[in-house]
Amino acid sequence: MTAGTLGRPRGRQSKPWPETWVAAAFVAPAALVVLLVVVIPLARAAWMSLFDIELTSPGVEPFVGLQNYITQLTNTDFWDSVSKALFFTGVTTALELSLGLGLAMLMDQPLRFRWLLRSIVILPWALPTIVNALMWRWIDNGTYGSLNALLAQTGVIHDYVPWLSQDSTAMWMVVLADVWKMTPFCAILILAGLQGIDRELFEAARVDGAGSFQIFRRIIVPLLTPIILVVVVLRTMEAFKVFDIIWIMTGGGPANATQTVAIYAYRTAYQSYDFGQGAALGYLIAIFIMLLAAVYLKLLRRTGA
Amino acid sequence: MTIEQGSSGRTVGSPVVATAAIHRKPITPRRVARATFLYAGMVVALLVVVAPFSWLVISSVADKADLLTKPLEWIPAHISFGRFVDLTVGSSVDETAQGFRAAIMNSMVIALATTAVGMLVGTLAAYAFARLRFPGRSWMILAFMATTMLPPIALILPLFQIMKALGITDTPLALIIIYSSFVTPYVVWLMRGYIETIPRDLDDAGRVDGCSRLGVLWRVIIPVATPGLLSTALLAFLLAWDEFLYALVITQSNASKTLPVALNDFIGRYGVDFGRLATGGVIAAIPPVLIAFAFQRHIVAGLTAGSVKG
Amino acid sequence: MINGPGARRGMLLRASVVLMAAAFAAAGCSGSSASPSAAQPSAGASASAAAAASGAAASPAGEAITLHVLLMKQAAYSDTDVAAMTAAFNVDHPNVTIVPEFVAYDALHDKIVTAQAGGGGVYDLILVDTPWPAEMVKAGLITEITDKIPAEFTSGVFDAAWTAAKYNGKIYGVPWINDTKFFFYNEKLLTDAGITAAPKTWDEVEADAKAVKAKGEVKYPLISSWKQAEAVICEWTQIAAAMGGSEFVDAQGNALFNQGGGLAALKFMKKLIDEGLVDPASLSSTEDDVNTAMATGQYAMTLNWTYGLNVMNDAKSSKVPGQIKVAPSPGEGSVVTSGVNGGMSLAVTTTSKHPAEALQYALFLASEKSQEMDVANALPMWKASFDSADVTKNNPTLFAAAKVQFTGLVARPVVPYYTKLSNALQAAIQEALLGKKTPEQALNDVAAQLPTFQK
Repeated sequence: MTAGTLGRPRGRQSKPWPETWVAAAFVAPAALVVLLVVVIPLARAAWMSLFDIELTSPGVEPFVGLQNYITQLTNTDFWDSVSKALFFTGVTTALELSLGLGLAMLMDQPLRFRWLLRSIVILPWALPTIVNALMWRWIDNGTYGSLNALLAQTGVIHDYVPWLSQDSTAMWMVVLADVWKMTPFCAILILAGLQGIDRELFEAARVDGAGSFQIFRRIIVPLLTPIILVVVVLRTMEAFKVFDIIWIMTGGGPANATQTVAIYAYRTAYQSYDFGQGAALGYLIAIFIMLLAAVYLKLLRRTGA
Repeated sequence: MTIEQGSSGRTVGSPVVATAAIHRKPITPRRVARATFLYAGMVVALLVVVAPFSWLVISSVADKADLLTKPLEWIPAHISFGRFVDLTVGSSVDETAQGFRAAIMNSMVIALATTAVGMLVGTLAAYAFARLRFPGRSWMILAFMATTMLPPIALILPLFQIMKALGITDTPLALIIIYSSFVTPYVVWLMRGYIETIPRDLDDAGRVDGCSRLGVLWRVIIPVATPGLLSTALLAFLLAWDEFLYALVITQSNASKTLPVALNDFIGRYGVDFGRLATGGVIAAIPPVLIAFAFQRHIVAGLTAGSVKG
Repeated sequence: MINGPGARRGMLLRASVVLMAAAFAAAGCSGSSASPSAAQPSAGASASAAAAASGAAASPAGEAITLHVLLMKQAAYSDTDVAAMTAAFNVDHPNVTIVPEFVAYDALHDKIVTAQAGGGGVYDLILVDTPWPAEMVKAGLITEITDKIPAEFTSGVFDAAWTAAKYNGKIYGVPWINDTKFFFYNEKLLTDAGITAAPKTWDEVEADAKAVKAKGEVKYPLISSWKQAEAVICEWTQIAAAMGGSEFVDAQGNALFNQGGGLAALKFMKKLIDEGLVDPASLSSTEDDVNTAMATGQYAMTLNWTYGLNVMNDAKSSKVPGQIKVAPSPGEGSVVTSGVNGGMSLAVTTTSKHPAEALQYALFLASEKSQEMDVANALPMWKASFDSADVTKNNPTLFAAAKVQFTGLVARPVVPYYTKLSNALQAAIQEALLGKKTPEQALNDVAAQLPTFQK
């Protein structure tokens, strides 16, 4: 392997490879692993999105150009599902990031029993989504759910609340389930990022009279920016594409109150055999995610991190 | 056990515990207040994490009827570990349990292999993106990420066709290939982020000592980036551990069925065997938690290694 | 505690490299050895393979054939039931190896669509739900078998069971699972409210519910599976049929669901919510949630599939074992009773290389003898079974109710755009129930969309 020859230069005088070559050798394996698998499906989905491919009319697949995209972009159900997805994405990402940041700071403190927290904190993340969703479905149940039992027994509510049946609360319940599961994800990745920060900077700042909050704002946040950015982008992507957890908890209901764009795409493509539209929806979702990512990058550059 | 009194109740930040942790510094009222605040935060965090999960544990050992009393009795009248026995060492006639046991092994192999491939190729690329200058650097890193932006719904049909053409549907290999390709961009991005937080001086020192680029990565960067490396590996492992849609379509038998698919089998046409699903969920969460337990100390290492630990 | 310095980190690093390498090797092994026949085959496959082998030794018949069959995880007929049926089948067909694959109901449709859209050839025989045949016929996924159905099936099986397997008057599947929604009630709660007999009409249901509510033992007398899913369509269809609306769409493709019985049913459902007679939690409840809710003893009446009776009366899963009774689903006016067809059938795929054998196997699974193997969890679809004391003795009231109801099952619309229509109706019905639209407006809005579904 090329990397092996790079590993052992025969002494100081041997001429190093040009940086571009080294980079090519470093990036090539990853590019191969990703591209070999993904490129064909990506290209095929792009191609499919230009045709009217309905499984219920086999053999008839007329080229329709951008018609599938236009159909969706002029469909109120599509925009409704996009706004649901944006809401879900905004709320979960903000909550998971801020709670995860707090949790990471906490786990970073020299406290006794923090090994317990650091091991257990992964529990929600380790629980398979399918179990997580069904667990929350039971907890939130309006007739025998344990959340209602807890709130009723502590006197917070008098009558059981059908959390998943009201369009005012259903979305918040799926947000809760997602935040519970994915906050540890943010916390652990940020905790790892914190370890890269030179603690002597804190001492120096303290000597200069900085308080804890100032250290957090002036030192920790700027130095963590690369990691926080990645975490935010990853969470945004996953949240905007969210499917399993909502599908299992509410199926998009009640009355489409939790029908995010991936659920809408699933109903359109898979349940209704309309693969041309499904592929177009896939690309529209990707475009939205790219726009969101671009906005983050802009904001971060502006704050001058 | 009630939710209000979790097992962590004993660790509530009593002044004795709190002051013990910071014994090196003089005890001032301010420090005590700070420690109390932090321990209170830890207890709250533990409760929030554990409470829903403990409901799952209760469901896994209780008769369903005991979960339906109103007002709810948190301690079930009949506690039985029968479901754990059924799923782990139960009779061989129970095909769902057999499927579950096969799925644990499949998921373990698939998740470990995916993690290994993803970390290996991803970390190499991440180093290049973080430290080397080469043409196309900025668009290439975006291209990596862009491949993961399409929802699975749009890719699943072509992927199935490819795997079928290769004749590897219903094998762990198919899922390892698919997951590796989806995990690698995540690894590239995250590891690039971690490497960028490491001061460049360290690299330069390594270069001066005569290390090649790979040598710098191996001897300088990776030891310092261990926390990032481990938490990224955890992410890669859990992505593969939890993936459902591709696994559902690619797998057909116990030869390749993964945990989420096996757990999905507990859901009948109209009925969920919730007790059994809860049991399966608890078992499925154990391996990642053990991994986290084994590595938790090393997630907090890196530059601060050698300093005071709690 | 002081953390180990560099040396220790080095060890950890090396350890994890070794681990990675091991994982790699493990992956290599499993990847190469996991060809379908090698690594652990499912017990069902090995059982049938064994049966085939022993049979082959006894009577060397025809060429060896393997059939891939896509079935569903369920109480009846379970993996074990099917393995027993397959073993019995192999006695006469030793050359046929059956490889069954059991998936969750929710996964069934996705598996079929991917396998067939991906070029087919994966399955020979698939289990299809009542609303699917029209779409699947149009998509060219399943084979017509009208003239291949033996006479005893045509005359012996309830007519209603065939609606699930037909499209445009032709037969595309062998009915296998027979089901409809029955009326279940908590006998004690009704008796306490002075009600001595199960209600026979929906008006009586409403009156009885008011009486139970007035008694004050429970907050909501009714619970229903009205989740935004097929569940709400099934319930609405059943009530609509009772109110005289058993057709959704006329022969010309015009909407009928927004008038007559369909509209009356939705108005009735909304009225039950407004009067506080049905728990609003119904809007997120599946059939399974309803069973569990009934099992708490906090509800007096509901509709549900056959299997619910066992679950609601099981001492391990119910607070009120033995209290839940079954009756025919209520009618209204001249309609005595109604039932939504919840049957499923076995269809031979168009890409099967052995369609004749696949059909033989399907007919064997659906035979009277096979069906009577597990009458505790599923009702047989053979008329004769209902007159056999041996079969009905376990549950006389259920069989009595079923005998009445099976004469008048209604199908959800058998149209090739069913899923689109169903998705739109699910949302519309919930909008009406939540009070965001009037029932008329909600259904008319879907009717207006109908042409785009039909294009």
